[in-house]
Amino acid sequence: MSTSPESGRERPATGATGSRVTSHEPRLLVATGVRKAFGSVEANRNASLEVARGEIHALVGENGAGKSTLMRILAGLHAPDDGRVELDGRDVTGWSTRQAIDAGVGMVHQHFMLVPTLTVAENLVLGREPRRGARLDRAAARAEVETLGTRTGLVVAPDRLVSDLSVGEAQRVEVLKVLWRGARLLILDEPTAVLSPPEVKDLWGVLRRLTAEGSTVVLITHKLDEVMEISDTVTVMRAGETVGRIATRDASPAAIARMMVGREVRLATDRPEAGGSGPQDEPSHDSRAMSRAALDVKALVVASGRGDDAVRGVSFAIPPGEVFGIAGVEGNGQSELVEAIAGLRRVSSGTIHLGARDITSLGMRERGDAGLSHIPEDRHRRGLVLDYAIADNLILGRQHHFTRRGVLDRGAIAANAATQVAGFDIRPPDPRLPAAALSGGNQQKVVIAREMGREFPVLLACQPTRGVDVGAIEFIHARIRAAAAAGRAVLLVSADLVEVLALADRVAVMYDGRFVTVLPRAQASAAVLGPYMTGLAGRGATTP
Amino acid sequence: MSRSVPGSFAVAWLAPLIALLIAAVVGDILILSFGQSPGDVYRLLLEGTWGNAYGLGQVLYKATTLTFTGLAVALGLRAGLFNIGAEGQLAAGGFAAALAGLAVPATTPAFLAVPLCVVAAAMGGGIVGAVPGALKARFGASEVIVTIMLNFVVLALLNWLVAARLHVGESLHTPPINAGAVPRLADLAPAFHGSAANTTIVLAILTAAAVGWYLFRTRAGYDLRATGLQPDAAEYGGIRVGAVRFRALTLAGALAGLGGVNYVLGYKHYYEEGFASGSGFLGIAVALVGRNHPAGVPIAALLFATISQGGLAVNAIVPKQMVEVLTAVVIIAVAVTVPEVQRLAAAGRRVA
Repeated sequence: MSTSPESGRERPATGATGSRVTSHEPRLLVATGVRKAFGSVEANRNASLEVARGEIHALVGENGAGKSTLMRILAGLHAPDDGRVELDGRDVTGWSTRQAIDAGVGMVHQHFMLVPTLTVAENLVLGREPRRGARLDRAAARAEVETLGTRTGLVVAPDRLVSDLSVGEAQRVEVLKVLWRGARLLILDEPTAVLSPPEVKDLWGVLRRLTAEGSTVVLITHKLDEVMEISDTVTVMRAGETVGRIATRDASPAAIARMMVGREVRLATDRPEAGGSGPQDEPSHDSRAMSRAALDVKALVVASGRGDDAVRGVSFAIPPGEVFGIAGVEGNGQSELVEAIAGLRRVSSGTIHLGARDITSLGMRERGDAGLSHIPEDRHRRGLVLDYAIADNLILGRQHHFTRRGVLDRGAIAANAATQVAGFDIRPPDPRLPAAALSGGNQQKVVIAREMGREFPVLLACQPTRGVDVGAIEFIHARIRAAAAAGRAVLLVSADLVEVLALADRVAVMYDGRFVTVLPRAQASAAVLGPYMTGLAGRGATTP
Repeated sequence: MSRSVPGSFAVAWLAPLIALLIAAVVGDILILSFGQSPGDVYRLLLEGTWGNAYGLGQVLYKATTLTFTGLAVALGLRAGLFNIGAEGQLAAGGFAAALAGLAVPATTPAFLAVPLCVVAAAMGGGIVGAVPGALKARFGASEVIVTIMLNFVVLALLNWLVAARLHVGESLHTPPINAGAVPRLADLAPAFHGSAANTTIVLAILTAAAVGWYLFRTRAGYDLRATGLQPDAAEYGGIRVGAVRFRALTLAGALAGLGGVNYVLGYKHYYEEGFASGSGFLGIAVALVGRNHPAGVPIAALLFATISQGGLAVNAIVPKQMVEVLTAVVIIAVAVTVPEVQRLAAAGRRVA
């Protein structure tokens, strides 16, 4: 999907920017020998970064490689224990956020920091409001949004409440906010994690425009196709150290992945883009369709909690051994659908069968015991108790199986932890560590180990690799493929279309609470699915 | 990387220690402002508390009540709930113990009467705790507001019951109980003569141990702590969050109610209006300084009991209100340094 015609459109401009990267331009930002430890964990050991003025610089690395820590040091959120940071040749090591903002360094965080009950304009000027007398000058604030929006292409209606915005729009407000404070060096921490393909494309347009005006962008990302598409230069970090810096045009995704992980990696995109989902899948598909569905959902309606329905009559059946993928822009009812199947959300009407058993009105625990595993979309909120030890997290939802007469069976919990930590390669392999101490990839492995390290006929996998590094993605994808091969039914929901296409046997696109299309993998591609995801195609289509 | 690694044991206890240091500095300034030497005052404070058996007995008596109310607040906080109702729960526990002691005939043997009164105390407090628990579980009502307000309701109701029905003569207390009294420490060690210290302290230690076992060794405790840390993750883990919250506040009420045993069965043998006023609220400080840990709570209870009793000892040279100021400074300092409070404050902002 990285080679769609539109994305190639701006390539010459980027190339021109890219050519300036060589040694003609002075380095805007130079960080050398940065070290930062949190307690006994060394987040940065020997991190360095050189960013040229006017470029888009991608910073990549596995989870826990220390990218975010380095960026937080640049933005003044942390002071380094050792090393040196220079901006424009000036030593700014250990500066404050206020100094960083004044010097034009702005960071857009992974998690939005907006006030949902205020408007776009109010959020923008928050903290530095234009005033008329003692009151906020709304007209001035509105004008600021419009002026800045026109100049940068970041168009958002100034009077809308942030709570009404889509994720993509909220992110635009975050970027606007940073720009409004005069940022000339923008740091974006995984900005595309929550965006749909068209929104990503919009963001690239904005970033190119900003760099054309002389701004500089540092982009933290996991997605190698994004690196290839947008960046001029790539810096790769591994285990707290900077291991390489290359011009993007001299790099290949495979080479970058190798630098990140330190070994060869099988990329999800290696799977053929179209024309059959691999020879081994084809013959078995017919026989699969004949057998009884492992998960059967009929005419499901789920309320959104905002007075309307989030899921408006969805039906599907997944036979054993099939990965059924749901693609779509986030917020079109996927989360509610999965939560209803998992038992976290009440069903308004419709039925859910696990094999022959009706589980529509069972509780969470009973569904788990009936054989339903669930990788929730948000491991920090739902999937893990972050302050609990790894061992205790590995029994969450199954604690009643590790109890004798109401008392926790510490021996069984420890034995289970030892098995899972080894089997799923959770690092560091110390089950007494709190989950909060692990990197994102290893946190997700704890969830995966708990949900897949046991008997389960049906798996609900929601954003299973979100915010997870390349090595862990490879691992998780292999596990999901293996589960399907062993006859499990998998419902995969992912905002990452590449992931859905890499794993699913059939792909449904969800839009506005309905399935607007369901296609076999062989007929699905980014080009085909894109219009459905944005609601341009398939409107009013009935659920197959 | 977005969350810092939880600190070691030493780091966990750093915050309360800093709070105490701040209190000591403020105390020094106050003492100097009265023209006294801090060294003299602190020496007098220690001599009047840990320096003699009577003073120590009074400290142990006060620490016993504070251990119960501290545990009541700590258990709530472990479940993510701020129980500010220990004051009313304590009073209700004492009242229920007195009622039970009055209801049984004087000939009832102690091995029957004492457990009966103790269970009554737990039930009395538990009922008062169950009300905000039920409102929280059923309607999501703020337990902070409900428990604060319920204090007034409960105290007023008990005062009325005593004044209208149960008082003796011109007093504001009930008649003495017929049976159920527990021995004073002075009965065992005569040196404690005159002090209120009694064998309820054994119950306090056993209760703290039981709360520790419950929190860290049972599935119910696993569910309770998960609910307190991350309710969404608890729900995902098949835990019925509402039921856990109801159970936690009911148990917290029962723990505070047990504190009534100390006064009614151990000391005066009757219920009296305002018998432990302030002990419920001080339980909040005890829980926070004790890091909500069943091992830390009794230690923190001893500390606050020492400050409280010490205030009487130094009253001759500085006003005893100074001790109240010290207690307040400790509470404020703890409130700004202890992570639990910051987390609750953050949760409050999200709700608002």
